[in-house]
Amino acid sequence: MLVVGVGALGSAAAEVLAAAGVGRLRLVDFDVVERSNLHRQLLHRTADLGRPKVESAAARLGAAYPEVAIETAATRLDAGNADTLFAGQACVVDATDGIAAKFLLNDLAIRLRKPLVHGGILRFHGQLLSVLPGVSACLRCLFESPPDPATIPSCQEAGVIGSLAGTIGTLQAAEAVRIVTGEGTLLTDRLLTYDALAAGWRHVRLRRNPTCSVCRAVAAPVAAAIRTG
Amino acid sequence: MPVQVRIPTPLRKFTGGAESVSASGTTVGAIVQDLESRHAGLKERICDEAGKVRRFVNLYINGEDIRFLSSLDTAVKDGDEISIVPAIAGGSDGARR
Repeated sequence: MLVVGVGALGSAAAEVLAAAGVGRLRLVDFDVVERSNLHRQLLHRTADLGRPKVESAAARLGAAYPEVAIETAATRLDAGNADTLFAGQACVVDATDGIAAKFLLNDLAIRLRKPLVHGGILRFHGQLLSVLPGVSACLRCLFESPPDPATIPSCQEAGVIGSLAGTIGTLQAAEAVRIVTGEGTLLTDRLLTYDALAAGWRHVRLRRNPTCSVCRAVAAPVAAAIRTG
Repeated sequence: MPVQVRIPTPLRKFTGGAESVSASGTTVGAIVQDLESRHAGLKERICDEAGKVRRFVNLYINGEDIRFLSSLDTAVKDGDEISIVPAIAGGSDGARR
């Protein structure tokens, strides 16, 4: 499993995946641990301040789950290294922390035909969606292009309730497990949203956009045996 | 025609925190305009300067994406429910601090 981002969402997703017995985890993050991260990025501690997040995460996960092979890449995922980082991965968990990164990861997953579990959190709101390239709606089927990052506040600016990281991150891990096991009905063509203030869940129905600039040309279904939502 | 519009968390600062507000109009576009008259600043987060829905926002009427209906010209009737779904990401937007 590839977990891109070992911050808020990634801490939760990576821990749950390791605990579930995933044989191999590859963690990607270019960032270092900062104090403001600690309330929501639960793999990191005060003693890790200034340490690369992938190192901090690998150390904590390795100690708790020694049977899991953990690989790390202290780098920023981009079009140049995606082939290498995606290689051999059954599924990709989007635990990135920026809107541009999420759209990039979506595009890369489509290009490389990798199942993707998208997730996002801000203030008291979270959402997630699974993407099976060539089968279900991708992020660009939903949103044609990302907004100017300056128009969307980050968690650093607007804040986020820390528990949302666990709420959405653990669900991302659950989706990833179901993608590789074929069990259950995936959150494909369904955006699951969570309102932490009202403790309310909603599904938003999606469908593949036939004019989607990214996935409309993908004809070969991925894992067609998996039941989709 | 009064309808309920579900407001996503990131936009509730324009509605005084309300998660659902009423609006009137016979089309989705009219609803958006009415929302603006009641909650100033909201329309700009939904539509661009040309009046088109921004590419990182989606509008749904009774669970259907308006892009697969008639977009902002989609007819609205009494009792319909409109939802606004924005792209969110959170985090630090990739900036190393």
